Parts: sequence; structure tokens; C-alpha cells
Amino acid sequence: MLETKDILETIHMIDNENLDVRTITMGISLLDCIDEDIDKAADKVYDKICRYAKDLVKTGEDIEKEYGIPIIHKRISVTPIGMVAAPCQSRNVVKFAKALDRAADTLGVNFIGGYSALVQKGFAAGDYALIDSIPEALSVTEKVCSSVNVGSTKAGINMDAVKMMGKIVKQTAEKTADRDCIGAAKLVVFCNAPEDNPFMAGAFHGVGEADCVINVGVSGPGVVRATLAKNGKGKDIAEIAEMIKKTAFKITRMGQLVAREASKRLCVPFGIVDLSLAPTPAVGDSVAYILEEMGLESCGCHGTTAALALLNDAVKKGGVMASSHVGGLSGAFIPVSEDAGMIAAAEKGTLDITKLEAMTSVCSVGLDMIAVPGDITPETISAIIADEAAIGMVNTKTTAVRLIPAIGKKAGDTLSFGGLLGEAPVMPIRDGSPSEFIHRGGRLPSPLQALKN
Amino acid sequence: MKAVITVLGKDNVGILSKVSSACAEVGVNIVEVTQSVLQDMFAMIMLVEIDKSSVSFDTLSKNLDLVGQSTNTKIHIMHEDIFNSMHKI
Repeated sequence: MLETKDILETIHMIDNENLDVRTITMGISLLDCIDEDIDKAADKVYDKICRYAKDLVKTGEDIEKEYGIPIIHKRISVTPIGMVAAPCQSRNVVKFAKALDRAADTLGVNFIGGYSALVQKGFAAGDYALIDSIPEALSVTEKVCSSVNVGSTKAGINMDAVKMMGKIVKQTAEKTADRDCIGAAKLVVFCNAPEDNPFMAGAFHGVGEADCVINVGVSGPGVVRATLAKNGKGKDIAEIAEMIKKTAFKITRMGQLVAREASKRLCVPFGIVDLSLAPTPAVGDSVAYILEEMGLESCGCHGTTAALALLNDAVKKGGVMASSHVGGLSGAFIPVSEDAGMIAAAEKGTLDITKLEAMTSVCSVGLDMIAVPGDITPETISAIIADEAAIGMVNTKTTAVRLIPAIGKKAGDTLSFGGLLGEAPVMPIRDGSPSEFIHRGGRLPSPLQALKN
Repeated sequence: MKAVITVLGKDNVGILSKVSSACAEVGVNIVEVTQSVLQDMFAMIMLVEIDKSSVSFDTLSKNLDLVGQSTNTKIHIMHEDIFNSMHKI
């Protein structure tokens, strides 16, 4: 029999602590849409996505109502378009972006990911054209998200791609300068990109995946913070970890239930649950506040990396037992603009880009949703990408960079995207030019997997 | 399928009767009820069988919302599986 206190706890989590399922993402393979004629290929892409995902939004809404759990996003990820575009004679790859955007509009999903290229070891046919087209694609579409994987532990880092991405990030921001540079908020540069990630902007449907699959991303920083606030006073650090594990377990079980139900109703195999703490700008739904609840005066002060390491690990340990298949990014996200506590810490000056870089070595993703001064050089962006990719490559983990060069603004100003993307205080970057290093190009060798020190 | 109805708010006359009526009118069978009043805060939990409901889950939920508004309480109806999966291993 159900216990009254358990029922009331769940209701309280939903009503007061922002518990939700962040996203149901349908991954769709586009490998069978490949065609030499780009117009035909784009039509096939549009048709297949619309056919497969026609009930996605409605099913999500039905589950939401029946189970009483908010499901914030219904989204789609597709095979990296770099591959789909490979045989096309026309280099006007933006046609694919437009087809994806049109499909997203038709279906009512808010983002579609997979305008991507995987170039960790080198460029294949279609990859150059795709990467070149990213600034235009993200400025003429609204819902398309793009990502480029520039490195992996096995392959090393493709420094030619790193060099290229510095320019591409800057151009993307410039092309959308009239809209607070929002294009760059839809572009992620990865190292060790997961192929089953349901979270945007970095979602794409990996080539080893089934034809169609349902992945679910859970969330709930607010719930973890509330648990620590209620029960954490005076407890030692191991007890704090236990509390986080138990909470993560409950959150993930809910995600697993939603994933299984969505998979059954849509007749699509269940892929993974992504155990992530994804903050939103809503007050209280913040990863930074969890760290502060552990006893840090402000996120970014000394001790932040250790607290985040504990949080990230406990979330995974609690979540793994709650789900039959775990994947994606799984861990704590630290997107500055989307987290009220991070924004406050950045404005206060306790959180800067170097501390964030250190934090990314122990948490789930990377330098995420960080606004940098508009006069940043492409080489410096490339160097930030290289640093972050090196952390991922050496530590056998996913890292990513989603920087937003705030065109026409300087450190201390603010970019405001609204909605879940929030607002980003422009952060100062370090002086000194990495130009010569970046212009060398070539491949940064993959690291030893033994002799680890 | 079973669902859990929770009613939370300030105690006032007739809450139980109004919620039960809303269920009975559409053929929703009440399997179990627990309620507690702590000071003047009212918390009632009902386990109900909704297979024979004459209206959709959505409509039932909206009906209960209206009862909530008229009794100044907050009423949720949720599939019982959500609680089972979150609180049982």
C-alpha cells in the first residue's frame, strides 16, 4: 500500500520544488534518406521525421496529464547531417537545416538536434560543407541545433576542426547579433560526444543507434536542494552524498516510468534515461544553489570543484539503480545563463571562466552557455575549445563548449535570451594570444590510457 | 487502472462529499480513503479505480480542479504507478 508521506512528498516535489521530466527526445535515423539530389534528400528527411514523430507531442502531453508529471520538452534528434549530406552534389547544406526546422514546426517540438558533424579524427565528404554552413543555418532557422565533435579519447583532438570552430562560433554570433547572438546558444563543440544524448543543443542520433528510439532526460536540481535544506544541517559529507543518491533515485525512477510509457505508446524502443540535473532560470531550480546548500558561501569559491564532484557522482550512483539503461550526458549541468545561482555568482565575481573550466573536469558537460566579450578573437575561442576538449580527452569523459560571443558588448554587460535559455552576464576572459598555437593545425595525439598520474 | 487523488488545503465543510460526488457522477469507484486534519490543514488521499469512468482522465482531472476551486483546496489526480515507482524498489 502507498504511504501517505510518500504521496505527499511527490506532490510537494512537483508543486514546490520544480520536479519535472526535462525532455522526451525521439532519435530518428536519417541514413535511409541519403540521396545525391539535395532537394530530394531534404524532402525525404522532412517526410521521415514527420511520419515517425507525428504523435510525439500528443503522447508526451497525455502522459503528462495522466501521471501528473510536467514534461517540459518534446524534442527530436537525427543522424548527423554531415553524413546525410555526404553524397550530395550541391553544397547548399542549409536546405537540410530548413527541412529540419519545417519538420519541428509541423510537429510542434521546440528543438531539433543533429545539424552535426563528427570530425574527431578528420573530415569526411560533407563535413566541411556542413561546418561552413552552420552560421547561416542557425541564423535562418529557429529550432535547429548544431554540434560538432572535435575530439575523443581514442582519436585525439582534430586541431584543424578546433581552429575552424573558433571562426564558426564567432560568425554564428555575428549573424544573430540582432537577437542577442542566440545562434551561438544553439551550437555545441564536443569532445567524446555521446550518441544518445536527449538534451539540446548537443543532441544527435548516433550511427550505432536503432532506426528510431526514445530517450528521456530527467531533471530536478530544486528537489535535491530542498532535500539538503530540509535534512542536511550538521550532517557529514557522506550523509549528504547518501541524501543526494536517494533523491536522484526517486527522480530517475520517475523518468524511467515516463520513458517506458512513452516507448510503449509510440511503439518505439526505449533507449536510455539521462540522469542529469539540468537547471532552469526559475529561482530554486539551480545547481549552484545545491553547492551553496552544502556550505559554500557562493558558487565559484574554493571548494566548489569538490562539492560538484560529490554531487555529480552521487547523482549517477543514485540514478543508475533506478533505470534499466542509463546514458547520454548523465551528471550535473552547469550552464551559466540557465542557472539563477550561477548568474548571481558570475555577477558577484566569485564565478569566472577559469573556475568553470576546473568544474568541468568533474561534472557532466563543459563550458556551457557562457557569454564572452564580443571582441574575442576566433583563435581565443578555438583555444578555449582546445582546453576543454583536452580535459575531456584525458579524463575519458564528455566535455563541451557552448560560448556566446556577445557582439558589441563587453565584460559586465548582459545577454538576455528569455525562456529556458535565461540571461548571461558577459564574463571576462584571460589575456594573451594563443594564435600561433591554434594556427599550427594538425592532430593532437590521443593520450595514454595507462601510467595515469 | 488505479489513480491517486490528493486533496490539500484548509479544512472546510463538505470537502469529502464534494470530491466523492465528482467521482460517483462519472463512475469512478473509491477503493480507499485516508484523511488527516492537522490544526486546520486538511490532507485527504483517495485511491480510486478509473477503468469504468465515463469521462476521459483529462476531463476527470478538470472536474476535480473545479471542486478544488469551490472548496479552496488543491486537488491532484495522478496514476498510482508514479508513486509506486518513485517510492518502492
